[in-house]
Amino acid sequence: MDHILVAKNVSKTYGDYTALRNISLEIPTNCIYGLLGPNGAGKTSFIRIINQITHQDTGEVLFNGEPLAPHHIAMIGYLPEERGLYKSMKVGEQALYLAQLKGLSKAEAKTRLKYWFDRLDIGDWWNKKVQELSKGMAQKIQFIVTVLHEPKLLIFDEPFSGFDPINANLIKDEILQLKENGTSIIFSTHRMESVEELCEYIALIHKSEKILDGKLSDIKKAYKNNIFNIGLQAEKDAHALLKTLEEKFNILSSHIDLAENQLDFKVQLPNSNTAGVLTELSSMANINRFEETIPSANDIFIQTVNNKDNGK
Amino acid sequence: MASKIGLIIRREYLAKVRNRSFVVMTILSPLLIVGMIVLIAYLAKVNDDETRVVAVLNESSFFMEEFQPTKNLSFVQFEGIGLEEAKDSTNALEYYGLLYLPNEQNVEKTAKSSYLFTKDNPNTNITQKLENIFQRQLRQDRLQKLGVSSEQFSTVEAPFEINLATFEGEKSMKGINEIKAVIGGGFGYAIMMFIIIYGGFVMRSVIEEKTSRIIEVIISSVKPFQLMLGKIIGTSLAGLTQFTIWIISASILLALAVMLFGIDLAQLSGDSPMPAGPMGAGMSQIEGMDSEMLLYAQEILDIPWGLLIVSFFIYFVLGYLIYSSIYAAIGAAVDNETDTQQFIFPIILPLMLAIYVGFFSVFSNPHGPIAVAFSLFPLTSPIVMLMRLPGGIGEGGVPLWQFLTSVGVLIVTFLGIVTLAAKIYRTGILMYGKKPTYKELVKWLKY
Repeated sequence: MDHILVAKNVSKTYGDYTALRNISLEIPTNCIYGLLGPNGAGKTSFIRIINQITHQDTGEVLFNGEPLAPHHIAMIGYLPEERGLYKSMKVGEQALYLAQLKGLSKAEAKTRLKYWFDRLDIGDWWNKKVQELSKGMAQKIQFIVTVLHEPKLLIFDEPFSGFDPINANLIKDEILQLKENGTSIIFSTHRMESVEELCEYIALIHKSEKILDGKLSDIKKAYKNNIFNIGLQAEKDAHALLKTLEEKFNILSSHIDLAENQLDFKVQLPNSNTAGVLTELSSMANINRFEETIPSANDIFIQTVNNKDNGK
Repeated sequence: MASKIGLIIRREYLAKVRNRSFVVMTILSPLLIVGMIVLIAYLAKVNDDETRVVAVLNESSFFMEEFQPTKNLSFVQFEGIGLEEAKDSTNALEYYGLLYLPNEQNVEKTAKSSYLFTKDNPNTNITQKLENIFQRQLRQDRLQKLGVSSEQFSTVEAPFEINLATFEGEKSMKGINEIKAVIGGGFGYAIMMFIIIYGGFVMRSVIEEKTSRIIEVIISSVKPFQLMLGKIIGTSLAGLTQFTIWIISASILLALAVMLFGIDLAQLSGDSPMPAGPMGAGMSQIEGMDSEMLLYAQEILDIPWGLLIVSFFIYFVLGYLIYSSIYAAIGAAVDNETDTQQFIFPIILPLMLAIYVGFFSVFSNPHGPIAVAFSLFPLTSPIVMLMRLPGGIGEGGVPLWQFLTSVGVLIVTFLGIVTLAAKIYRTGILMYGKKPTYKELVKWLKY
């Protein structure tokens, strides 16, 4: 597999403070890569190294197989968490300026801006001053400016903060579309719900160190603990049924609906072989629900961070 | 790379030039300045033009030809009327006053019993002039008694001024050093004002980028150093534009004002405290002053203007670059303008020192040890050296080695300061929420 970005043993210190300790990451081309971690973990420090705003003290970063160099800047688009625009400048003029700083010619930038302004339905903002826009509106401009020069690698740091749900969805769709078009995307956040929807790969950074990385589906598999949610329709007495079951299985919690004779329970199985369990259960009652609980990214995040902090 | 700096310079320039308060200041300032000059000139002219008329009732046989009209004072002779009548007439005709000379047997007695009647307390200028007339006549009269003829008296009265020369035999003049220092001081002062005003603009512009949070977007495209340099250059170009507009429009307005109001500018400069001899004693002295003025003008023309303007440019550029990069670093270190005070003061201090040292030390001794030291020290040299330079370079002026050393030191300092400032800037622009201490700034230099 191709990698748009490879980091090998990257470390960075600011005076006495270690921002990154021996971080190694491989970010595959044309995927959405989630860079997760609590606030202050070192995500932004790492991103600033990719953007060549700062440089690593030790280690190596490869962009598309080459050591990171100034000309790569034009191939990277970065939407920082701390973002803003010049307040007293006009929207169009400002977008043109920022696009030209990324190396686009004025004419090219103008054509592409027209396209994006129409696409996001903000064509009539061109001559407005930024201070007249709402926060969400300004965020749209920032998004456009980030993607305008069609970078190979896009870095979004908390992209949805400041958007209302409708516009957040709009931007999410645009991000997915960009991925479809072949862009590689790094998505940095501490908000897990968006990770599940978007990311194929994740890396978890905590206290300056990488503590977990890989394909999200693989990680989830590894974090499965054979807990199942099962719903049974008892034939006569749900309580009696529960008693029988409790002798055989490690039941974690249960709920009985007497009127319907319905028994719901959560059970931890000794292994992932469900075939035997299913046959056994079906001999006792009607199974109307049988599902494995897959840990959410949030669960994994919290569990890993806690394990790390407890020295496990 | 170079084109990116160009883009930044262009944006900074336009952002500044389009700023409403900048436009207002650019248009209004020349109007205000010219308005002030016109007003002062007008007031001076009104004051000057007021010719006072003094009525003279001369009952004596002396002082017949002495009361000649001068610029501000003219006389009307009353004849054949009594003193009370004359007083009434003076009042009725609204003359300034009545000078009464009774009939006595000699000049001495006439003078002693003469009176000036006025409505209020008389103006000292008028009494001075009248006293001069009496004094001259009395002196002549007393000398005549000792056997001096009136022709001899005129010869004796001829004014005198001491001749001045340097050891090299060059003719020198009273106060010319001060005039030169004032001209150099003007240039130095202009540099100081420009540094403080436009350095402040650079600083505020950096703070604006921090508070609007656009800074990280920009420095993911360009290097912080490029941004800092572009900002400094763009802002200074805006400043130069403003200065040029001021100079051009002020000249045009002044020319218009002179045409419209007929204000005599020479008269204005004549009013300034030129270190010429005591003014307005007698007619002959005024003529003497004219030729002296010509010599001063000659001397001012002899000031090496070309050198002065070229070195103004050199010192201006280097001084501005040094100070504005410090200003940029301060802007990067803080979150808002109120936090800048503790850092601004140490910057303004050397500038103020330069001006004061300039006015107190360079004026009296342009090539003394203090003047030399401050014109070599890089944070004061742009101002102090310019005050010394109207004397020229080389013999009688600033020694060539001092000039070259001063420029050299300035260039080295510039490179050093810009490097340090860029380091603070680079770290500071990404720091939020902390009010930095000097200790912290030193730490940033090591990142």
